[in-house]
Amino acid sequence: MTQLRHLLSVRDLDREAALGILDLAEDMADVATRAVPKLPTLRGRTVANLFFEDSTRTRLSFEAAAKRLGADVITVSAKGSSVSKGESLKDTAQTIAAMGIDAVVLRHSASGAARVLADSGWIDASVVNAGDGTHEHPTQGLLDAYTMRKARHGDGSRGADLMGLRVTIVGDILHSRVARSNVWLLQTLGASVHLVGPQTLLPQGVDGWPVTSGTDLDAALDEEPDVVMMLRVQSERMLAAYFPNEREYARQWGLDDVRLARLAPDTMVMHPGPMNRGLEISSAAADSARSLVLDQVTNGVSIRMAVLYLMLAGAGVGA
Amino acid sequence: MSLLITGATLPDGTSTDLLIDHGVITERGSGLSQKGAAVVDAAGLRALPGLVDLHTHLREPGFEQSETVLSGSRAAAAGGFTAVHAMANTSPVADTAGVVEQVASLGEQYGYVTVRPVGAVSMGLAGERLSEIGAMAQSRAAVRVFSDDGTCVSDPLLMRRALEYVKTFGGVIAQHAQEPRLTEGAQLNEGALSSELGLAGWPAVAEEAIIARDVLLAQHVGARLHVCHVSTAGSVEVIRWAKARGIQVTAEVTPHHLLLDEQLAVGYDARFKVNPPLRREEDVLALRAALADGVIDIVATDHAPHPAEAKECAWQEAAFGMVGLESAVSVVQAAVVESGQLDWADLARVLSSKPAEIGRLSGYDAPFSVGAPAHLTLIDPTARRTFGVEHLHGKSANSPYLGRELPGRIVATVHGGVPTVLDGELRPHGEVAARVAH
Repeated sequence: MTQLRHLLSVRDLDREAALGILDLAEDMADVATRAVPKLPTLRGRTVANLFFEDSTRTRLSFEAAAKRLGADVITVSAKGSSVSKGESLKDTAQTIAAMGIDAVVLRHSASGAARVLADSGWIDASVVNAGDGTHEHPTQGLLDAYTMRKARHGDGSRGADLMGLRVTIVGDILHSRVARSNVWLLQTLGASVHLVGPQTLLPQGVDGWPVTSGTDLDAALDEEPDVVMMLRVQSERMLAAYFPNEREYARQWGLDDVRLARLAPDTMVMHPGPMNRGLEISSAAADSARSLVLDQVTNGVSIRMAVLYLMLAGAGVGA
Repeated sequence: MSLLITGATLPDGTSTDLLIDHGVITERGSGLSQKGAAVVDAAGLRALPGLVDLHTHLREPGFEQSETVLSGSRAAAAGGFTAVHAMANTSPVADTAGVVEQVASLGEQYGYVTVRPVGAVSMGLAGERLSEIGAMAQSRAAVRVFSDDGTCVSDPLLMRRALEYVKTFGGVIAQHAQEPRLTEGAQLNEGALSSELGLAGWPAVAEEAIIARDVLLAQHVGARLHVCHVSTAGSVEVIRWAKARGIQVTAEVTPHHLLLDEQLAVGYDARFKVNPPLRREEDVLALRAALADGVIDIVATDHAPHPAEAKECAWQEAAFGMVGLESAVSVVQAAVVESGQLDWADLARVLSSKPAEIGRLSGYDAPFSVGAPAHLTLIDPTARRTFGVEHLHGKSANSPYLGRELPGRIVATVHGGVPTVLDGELRPHGEVAARVAH
């Protein structure tokens, strides 16, 4: 198992490295089923969660992951800290680093912020990109791939890739870091990806991505995809004229009860959360037996444990 | 004091000696000598007329931590320039006679270059009311170029009025062509790369649509339009069309848009963040061809100094802009001279006589002729250097060329007979100012 210096983009992971993380996450998931779900291999290490942008679920997931590995966790959130007073990324990172940390988990509203921090030489710590603007969210991509693999291969997941899996991602592709991380990682793992959304929310140049794309959700569902991943719709997109209103969006691109009923019983329904019930996904779809939304959350902790472990412990699990 | 330059190769390829006295060229020919004259051996060097930049940000007044008239003048001289046009987006904005006179007189006092202030089109660059254009034109600064650079005069009525208004005294509106609504939050050329990087796109159409509107307005009112920093192949076609119809439009391209393309943004290094953004390789090639065939008239630097902290941050938090005075000739040489598209006579045109003509700056129409003001620069075209901070002379180091090998080197610059650079080194501030005072 190769060590990770940083995790900035899923594009830095080849098939072997990606599968290594997924397989290690299987081991981490096993830890969670123990009476005391801890593996104190990172005792004495400190992980700083540096959240320039609010994200309760991602922050809690990284915190849980670090703590299960026995690491100490410092969390700096935007609200009520110097971050909200306009302190720069450089100063905040150097301040935290001066307190002695081994890894920074960075959430930032600017695309490329994690890359800039990793390349800058401002700090020595490893950097995990926990979402940078509209660029990437690599651990989300990894946990999604893990969730798909587990649903498809069950206990036989270790070592398996996603060859032949057909994934349809629906919604605001243009602004979605989740979509980007999924597109590149799923391609690496052999799955095929179809993107669906209003034309206004499909990125320029999407023709050059290793995907197919379209604007018709019903036509996409006719193809009977293995996975339907719904993306969160931000209400401010409406004001910027990307689509007329919520009703029209829900009608055209929402996974409503009618569309849910058309899906095969083993179709995986996924959503990175937080969900807008009634907009991009109906309650019935979110709560259906096909929904893997809570599995995604659970698996997120295992993936983040694996990533932190590979960065800070640097040896194969069980070694 | 007189100055004798021996064996310089002029833009037309001929070689000559030049004798300079009291700020003008007094003799030209071979075997010149003058007792007591300081001699500059220019054998093997290319002489160009003093370079004229139509687009410089000197930042003073208001942003002296980035640049001042003095530091920017020194950067300009080091780059072979003898005149710069200082953009209006200072604080206070150059929208009154007082501000432009102050900037011009600072330039005069320091003496490295002629500083020609650009007046704002609108009060406070707010795009609402015309600034005191007439007062600035009639001031001692005699402003002829007006621009809201940094922002676009997007209101079509205000643009029309501005064009009409400056026509009365032969002025020109230099437009920063950027449709504001199409570029809200824009970070990088819109296309496959911006989509991959998750950076908000700056679409080519936002530039082209404004240029198309403005050339039609210029035609309608019969006024002069200058298009700042053209960056797309589509803009070139619109300007080509306008020129073919006889519309009075001129256009500039920056050195960086001639050499660099958007792929440099891949690592999110904010040194490459500039407005308009670096474009596709095919745009770069179209801009070079347009400069060669005359659709684009001039090269202008858009020298835009920023302090380190404005670039040491995430891409979308960083300031737009690059410094470019010191590297301009080298970059142009690398982009279009080495490719054979432009020769040194073309360089003299696009970097000196034509920008002076657009800015209505006198003294640049007959370079190297006896009686002409002695504005010139000597370049060693065979030099190659790895560009570094030691080659920068302004207050800011936000150059996209650091670490890149570039051809050519400025060996000497003479502004109105006063050497500002000799043996590749800037002359001291006190010496230059004292000589100018004489």
